[in-house]
Amino acid sequence: MPKSIATAGGPRTRRGYAVLVAFALLAVFMVLPFGFVLLNALKTSSDYSAHGPLALPKAISFDNVRTFWNLVDFTHVLWNSVLISGCVALCAVVLSVLNAYAIGIGRIKGRLWILVAFLIANLLPQEGLVYPLYYLAKQTNLYDTRLAVIIVFTVIQSAFGTYLLSSVLSAFPRDILEAARIDGAGKLRILWQVVVPVSRPTLAVMLTFFFIWTWNEFLLPLVFLVSNQNQTVPVALGVAQGEHIVDVTMQAASGLLGIIPAVVFFLIFQRTLTRGVTVGAVK
Amino acid sequence: MALEIPDRRRRADRGYPFFLVPAAVLFTAVIAIPFAMNIGISFTRWQGVGPMTWVGLKNYQRLFHDSVFWSAFWHNVGLVVAMAVVPTVLGLIVAAGLFDFIGKRFGSRTASILRACIYLPQVMPLAVMGVVWGWILAPGDGVLNTVLKDVGLGSLSHDWLGDPNTALFTVMAVMVWIQLGFPVVIFMAGLQRVDPVLHEAASIDGASWWRRFWHITIPQIRPETYVVLLMCTIAALKAFAPIYVLTNGGPGTSTDIPSYYSYQNFFVKTQVGYGAAIATVLTVLTLIVTTVFIVVQGRDQDEER
Repeated sequence: MPKSIATAGGPRTRRGYAVLVAFALLAVFMVLPFGFVLLNALKTSSDYSAHGPLALPKAISFDNVRTFWNLVDFTHVLWNSVLISGCVALCAVVLSVLNAYAIGIGRIKGRLWILVAFLIANLLPQEGLVYPLYYLAKQTNLYDTRLAVIIVFTVIQSAFGTYLLSSVLSAFPRDILEAARIDGAGKLRILWQVVVPVSRPTLAVMLTFFFIWTWNEFLLPLVFLVSNQNQTVPVALGVAQGEHIVDVTMQAASGLLGIIPAVVFFLIFQRTLTRGVTVGAVK
Repeated sequence: MALEIPDRRRRADRGYPFFLVPAAVLFTAVIAIPFAMNIGISFTRWQGVGPMTWVGLKNYQRLFHDSVFWSAFWHNVGLVVAMAVVPTVLGLIVAAGLFDFIGKRFGSRTASILRACIYLPQVMPLAVMGVVWGWILAPGDGVLNTVLKDVGLGSLSHDWLGDPNTALFTVMAVMVWIQLGFPVVIFMAGLQRVDPVLHEAASIDGASWWRRFWHITIPQIRPETYVVLLMCTIAALKAFAPIYVLTNGGPGTSTDIPSYYSYQNFFVKTQVGYGAAIATVLTVLTLIVTTVFIVVQGRDQDEER
């Protein structure tokens, strides 16, 4: 049926190709910076200074990548990011499920105000929390620990998760719940054996989002994780930017190391992600 | 029996608030108490250690007369333009073009590959994008300057982030590039809701693509437009990471924004009380923006009905 719109100007007219070329140029422009990074991260510094950033590498060299890797102990940094983001994603989903169960299915009193409170908690700029959190972390010996970051982001991410999941669960089929209740299942059993399995697709989207959002965070990890052995990928790169890097090819190498994990997630989660963004938007 | 069911249900409903206990404890410790502490600190003069002196509203008075704060505020308005206004407008055109021009003439696969390219910067950590662009925009023989030289525009080569006259605009341009994918993805999803019959009727009546875009597409995806504008505006108020990595607020204060200015006061100048006042103002600003959006959107939807 929509064919008739397509044929309005002919499916593949000259104008059609012109628009296609314009969009292709836009796409190239969006991807080009990544290409530049790749092109130069694998060059030696002398190759860069002799032939500039646009020339192909005379020989593929992993020297700069390796030097930067060792400089910031990237193995460790990568593991910190995986550990922090993974723990946050799991804990935040669990916490969101508990909250949304009470709000969306339990329909407890005052749920609207509780939801508003969660929404505000999600919107608050971290700038308004960072100093007291830093101070409290110092008082409780949690400063410069990954645990502190995990706790804080579990709460922040679950604020959004609660908001999203409550509205999803408020549309949960009531007869399934009633049937489980008549079978004598308690609330906890209904939650783990009925609600969680049925909402698994939504939970998977949330897990993915929390993981990536936490991975990408900067301000709080920057303030909390001062020692290099606790830092996450963005923090280690951001800090290194101002400190040790002297040479341009090594800066490209550091960019490459920051880009690769994100590209990997993008490829793995692309379908969940693009579908998930929609879930978040339409609510 | 008839009496028993409501009774049992009421008893059954009683247990639900217990599920909120972990969240109540955690939210109090991580959000509510720090939030209240930040407001409290903003009424004091404090270096982070040592005695705390109560100064009432002095920090706010100082802020009101602080030209650095005001310039930071206006830079942030610039970032709202770069991260919310421009990407929304461009995003609408790109999404509509991809969805009902490219998608219909060259297949939805082509459209989704193009969409993936445009969305790619959105999945990257902002700090990493800062590192990449800082490197591309490097003065002297940086990538951009070399490209300009190679195409014969060497006279335009410039220290983009180091010159106070161009630094803010350069950061804004980078932010448009980073942010564009978000509206495009949201709008393309929203466009799937639009009834194709509307477009068909309009094109039978001889309406051009632009007219259909203006009179059908835009009004139909207004809910998505509100969400995108709100989320991007809030993101612009919190643009700490790119400023930290790209410019450190400089040169001078030419790209400073309140978010970064509060961080400087907290951790560099150790004027914690003043930093807390800036952070409080930023928080209030965020809440005002959110409320205004929700109210305007609500009124708009009422008119629709």
